Amino acid sequence: MKNTIELTINGEKTEAMQGEYIVDAARRQGIYIPTLCNLPGIKPAGSCRICTVFVNDRLMTSCTTPVGRGMEIVTESKELDDFRNSVVELLLVEGNHLCPSCEKGGNCELQAMGYRLKVMAPRFPYQFPDREIDANNPKLIKDHNRCILCKRCIRTIFDEEGHHIFAFRYRGHDLQIIIDPTYGKNMTDEQAQKAMDNCPVGALLYRGIGFSTPIGKRKYDKKPIGSEIENKRRKEVLS
Amino acid sequence: MPKKITIEPVTRVEGHGKVTIHLDDERNVVQSRLHIVEFRGFERFIQGRPYWEAPVLVQRLCGICPVSHHLAAAKAMDVIVGAGTGEGLTPAGEKMRRLMHYGQIFQSHVLHFFHLASPDLLFGIDADPMVRNIIGVAMEHKELAVQGVMMRKFGQEIIEVTAGKKIHGTGAIPGGINKNLTPEERDRFLNGADPLNAGKMIEWAEEAIDFFTSYHAKNKEFIDNFAAFPSAHLSLVREDGAMDLYHGVLRAVDANGKVILHDVDYQDYLDYIAEEVRSWTYMKFPYLKEYGKQTGWYRVGPLARLNTCDFIPTPRAQKAFEKFRAYTNGKPNNMSMHMHWARLIEVLHAGEMIKQLLEDPDLQSEDLVVKGERQPEGVGVIEAPRGTLFHHYRVSEQDQITMANLIVSTTNNNEPMNRAVEDVAKKYLTGQEEIKEGMLNAVEVAIRAYDPCLSCATHALGKMPLKITLLDSNGKVLDKKIKS
Repeated sequence: MKNTIELTINGEKTEAMQGEYIVDAARRQGIYIPTLCNLPGIKPAGSCRICTVFVNDRLMTSCTTPVGRGMEIVTESKELDDFRNSVVELLLVEGNHLCPSCEKGGNCELQAMGYRLKVMAPRFPYQFPDREIDANNPKLIKDHNRCILCKRCIRTIFDEEGHHIFAFRYRGHDLQIIIDPTYGKNMTDEQAQKAMDNCPVGALLYRGIGFSTPIGKRKYDKKPIGSEIENKRRKEVLS
Repeated sequence: MPKKITIEPVTRVEGHGKVTIHLDDERNVVQSRLHIVEFRGFERFIQGRPYWEAPVLVQRLCGICPVSHHLAAAKAMDVIVGAGTGEGLTPAGEKMRRLMHYGQIFQSHVLHFFHLASPDLLFGIDADPMVRNIIGVAMEHKELAVQGVMMRKFGQEIIEVTAGKKIHGTGAIPGGINKNLTPEERDRFLNGADPLNAGKMIEWAEEAIDFFTSYHAKNKEFIDNFAAFPSAHLSLVREDGAMDLYHGVLRAVDANGKVILHDVDYQDYLDYIAEEVRSWTYMKFPYLKEYGKQTGWYRVGPLARLNTCDFIPTPRAQKAFEKFRAYTNGKPNNMSMHMHWARLIEVLHAGEMIKQLLEDPDLQSEDLVVKGERQPEGVGVIEAPRGTLFHHYRVSEQDQITMANLIVSTTNNNEPMNRAVEDVAKKYLTGQEEIKEGMLNAVEVAIRAYDPCLSCATHALGKMPLKITLLDSNGKVLDKKIKS
């Protein structure tokens, strides 16, 4: 095929589409690389680093690295597991993530990642930052305690004229998302719901509704995150 | 020489409590206090959180009765979202919650009686503590222990199918519930293999009452006189005077049965109830405003509920209730140890209610949530296993909680528990030179009659060994005992 290139993933020779990112190529092959800031089809940000893999023995973020001919990619190893665990642990200690009372519980990608990677007690000290809850927008409540700054909301939510509704403000430790006071004022229900759904954690809450999905029916109640990708591969192997 | 005895912490209760008993030169008990010495502060840290989080967040106060906090907060949030109180919900919403609640009453009462209190009855207050526990019950009274464990399991599983989890579920949401009951779930509880079906549970609940009443017949002196003192009693009752543990109006009667709080709407509870702060404990002292701090205190819980209601709306529990009321000639029962009798009658009632609800087709309805005009303030009150539980919230226009006031059952029983402790201390410790373990356990037995979970009240957590210190008036340690 013209637009395909050959490479190796975890020792297996395979083909990938020219120009696609490693994480997407692996996904198509039924290989799950953990991601938090990445959303398929959306320009990557590479902010969370959890999708880091070995490319020709070098650590690279698979969501921002396009495939290359002859690449030898390793997506799973003890070292990568430890690295990914440390990323999740850093995210957990850096904010205030209180899963027991969070309405995103069971649907939260960070929580699901913690379970998948078997994160027990973080190796880093909890920071307990003093962060606010911003409830001024008529559709959404922003809980900065839970935000992991993945930029998914910034990258995916636009008004009818294509303006970003979300943005970053401040820098360093103070960095936080804001809802643009002009473009966010008239956010539709659909946009607000999409923002909440795209948020990997419980930082964006659609106002007035919480815990409406019963335990047992939530996204990650019964299957670990990534299993939908791996199941595809399993089915292909079986067939 | 005056002495001070400290029991710290109180054991076989959830949470950290301490009892101090002061003796004068003649070794008479001059003062005794139950101190709740830990603080968790839910009322403060819930401020700022979105209101719909409250039912899930505040239930973390407790691992024994989370459902009660979950539902009391949800009831307050029903008011906030404009769904009103009680009957404002859809039939499925209300009945699913009731099923959850009666499952909770069932399992919690069973835990309280079988696991925590029965060792004192079966082995005696001064029996060897190595035997006087649930393991001892399992070794010596296997059948009873199995019943206790299986009954608790049944109640927990009812909670699981209604709230999603046995402990700390998410079923009740503002304005309703997030799931109905599938026919498969219903059939499992109605027709499940013995013993895990509603019919067997009712049978065992009746046997538990028989166990208590036969024990009572043999130990009248102890059961009738241990920590017995007159008091007022307060609880929710249905508008027609029936026992209703999920919803109703507030009624209080005095020690002679005279109604002193006349079936008032609990949204107005602050008009009738106030709380006093005392410097030596984190737990407040509620009282009926009209009667003041000195005489306005009251008891809550199973005993109070059986004293305030006119009847129980399920047939078998009603029969048991009639015998209970006949024992005091229809007058309020003021005997603390009869709390266990009342508790077991409620276990039977909860079993009957569970069966009745399971047979109701409304539980399969898909109509689960209602909402109306948003309100700034709401009160939710429920009869938790240990007694009347108040949740009161104010919410800003931005949907953030600005104020929370929780008066939990244990707090309502603060003064009565202190009175019970004093009564027992006077009887068992007056004139005694040496502290014997049994004497101190007697004090704990009085507390356990009311409550196995002190932590709700100030929201402490933990289980620690019992430490007892006998001091003279100069603070010199005269005797010390530690048990784990």
